[in-house]
Amino acid sequence: MNQIIATMAGSVWKIVVAVGDRVEEGQDVVILESMKMEIPIAAETSGVVKHIHVQEGDFVNEGDVLVEIE
Amino acid sequence: MFSKVLIANRGEIAVRVIRTCRRLGIQTVAIYSEADADSLHVSLADEAYLIGKPRVAESYLNIEKIIEVAKTAKAEAIHPGYGLLSENPAFARRCEEEGIVFIGPKADIIAAMGSKIEARRTMEQAGVPIVPGVSFALDSADEAAKAAASIGYPVMLKASAGGGGIGMHIARDEAELRQAFEGSQKRAASFFGDGTMYIEKYIERPRHIEIQLLADSYGNCVYLWERECSIQRRHQKVVEEAPSPFLDEETRQKMGEAAVRAARYIGYANAGTIEFLVDEQKNFYFLEMNTRLQVEHPVTEEITGIDIVEEQLCIAAGEPLRYKQEEIRRDGHAMEVRIYAEDPNTFYPSPGRITVFSAPQGEWIRHETAVQSGITVTPFYDPMIAKLIAKGPDRQTAIERLLEALRDYRVEGIKTNIPLLEAVLSHPAFQAGDTTTDFLSKHWKPIKTK
Repeated sequence: MNQIIATMAGSVWKIVVAVGDRVEEGQDVVILESMKMEIPIAAETSGVVKHIHVQEGDFVNEGDVLVEIE
Repeated sequence: MFSKVLIANRGEIAVRVIRTCRRLGIQTVAIYSEADADSLHVSLADEAYLIGKPRVAESYLNIEKIIEVAKTAKAEAIHPGYGLLSENPAFARRCEEEGIVFIGPKADIIAAMGSKIEARRTMEQAGVPIVPGVSFALDSADEAAKAAASIGYPVMLKASAGGGGIGMHIARDEAELRQAFEGSQKRAASFFGDGTMYIEKYIERPRHIEIQLLADSYGNCVYLWERECSIQRRHQKVVEEAPSPFLDEETRQKMGEAAVRAARYIGYANAGTIEFLVDEQKNFYFLEMNTRLQVEHPVTEEITGIDIVEEQLCIAAGEPLRYKQEEIRRDGHAMEVRIYAEDPNTFYPSPGRITVFSAPQGEWIRHETAVQSGITVTPFYDPMIAKLIAKGPDRQTAIERLLEALRDYRVEGIKTNIPLLEAVLSHPAFQAGDTTTDFLSKHWKPIKTK
């Protein structure tokens, strides 16, 4: 199990994967918006999306878990 | 003149507008979100009203709430600052309907200049040169490809409702254009509620030079020379200066006169800025008109001695322009850097608590900020936390004074772009005036940060 965490505080602008999707290392899974900028958050390892912890529009703090992949 | 003005903004620009109001004996009303309760603009204003939650949609963009506060506080006029509602025609219209003076141009002029496609058409009619391109909406990648073929690559794909570089994309061939089209269209629709796209010829190694205008309600208009703002990251300005190191007197005058012609043609009143792209042969092309106060207005104030906010207030209060063109001074050189809470290498935001904040002072230094030690820079707003401006008798002196001030500038607790600013100002190409919009991508080498 690998957790993808928010690298900075901001809003969840877009979730670009769904539960069950196969993702590759380096592929964007969530796009945050902070200080009027879009910040793509990429998977650090390849795997299958197991759980998505946030919804579009949610506010997240640095360190919050966004997505779990397996 | 007004006796009470509401400032519909936050941060350094709210503080800056309050300062001029106080000097003129005008009472000030601040608005703030829950995230800004400790901000300097709140404590400096004569009255302050909490208007909602941190996100701009629930606070600084809430038109009806702001109108309600203006009525409760009995403000006669609203200064919108820059960004937020400053170029929102619906807001200007609501002010007009409520009998509150909007300190800026009329709502229909904001709307006309807010549509980049319509602005292109209008400028063409006014006899102002525009970048070769199309002045109609492109609905599909096919249409874009067809238009690009007639203009010639490379092209710049742009959002008609755009601003801040969002939705903009350089395409060097058809494949790149097709690949970028849909994403840019979606992004523009998401950010601006309007996915209308158009394309312009991409001008290689351009300079971004803009003309500051003041126009009253009686058809008088003057230009306060130019500002050069070519040093940019993500299509946003980082360093600005006046005068431009590139222009000669003849081009300067031609650009100033073209800008005045444009303002007269559309019946513009208040402060405004016409942005031009200038190519290596000193041909200039209309880029867009900003119908508001600009972030970088201080460099113009420093060389002309004119307080642009004061002139905005006078014009909005119905006074005729107080200057003739031949009375506009141009004295020395002024340079501004924008201090952003961001990683200087990735340009990614760096929100957080500022533990130590101290800025140098000096006769030649102007500092605009709403930040102080102990405050938290939140992720809800623009990353710009301060502007530092230096003045000198010539460009080299202004650069040296700004560099010296930057070396004494201390911000701890968050990352800032100060290392990048120092590197730009120290760079031989910058010092030689070789300032094109690709400067950072060409010269900036990532550095190690703490």
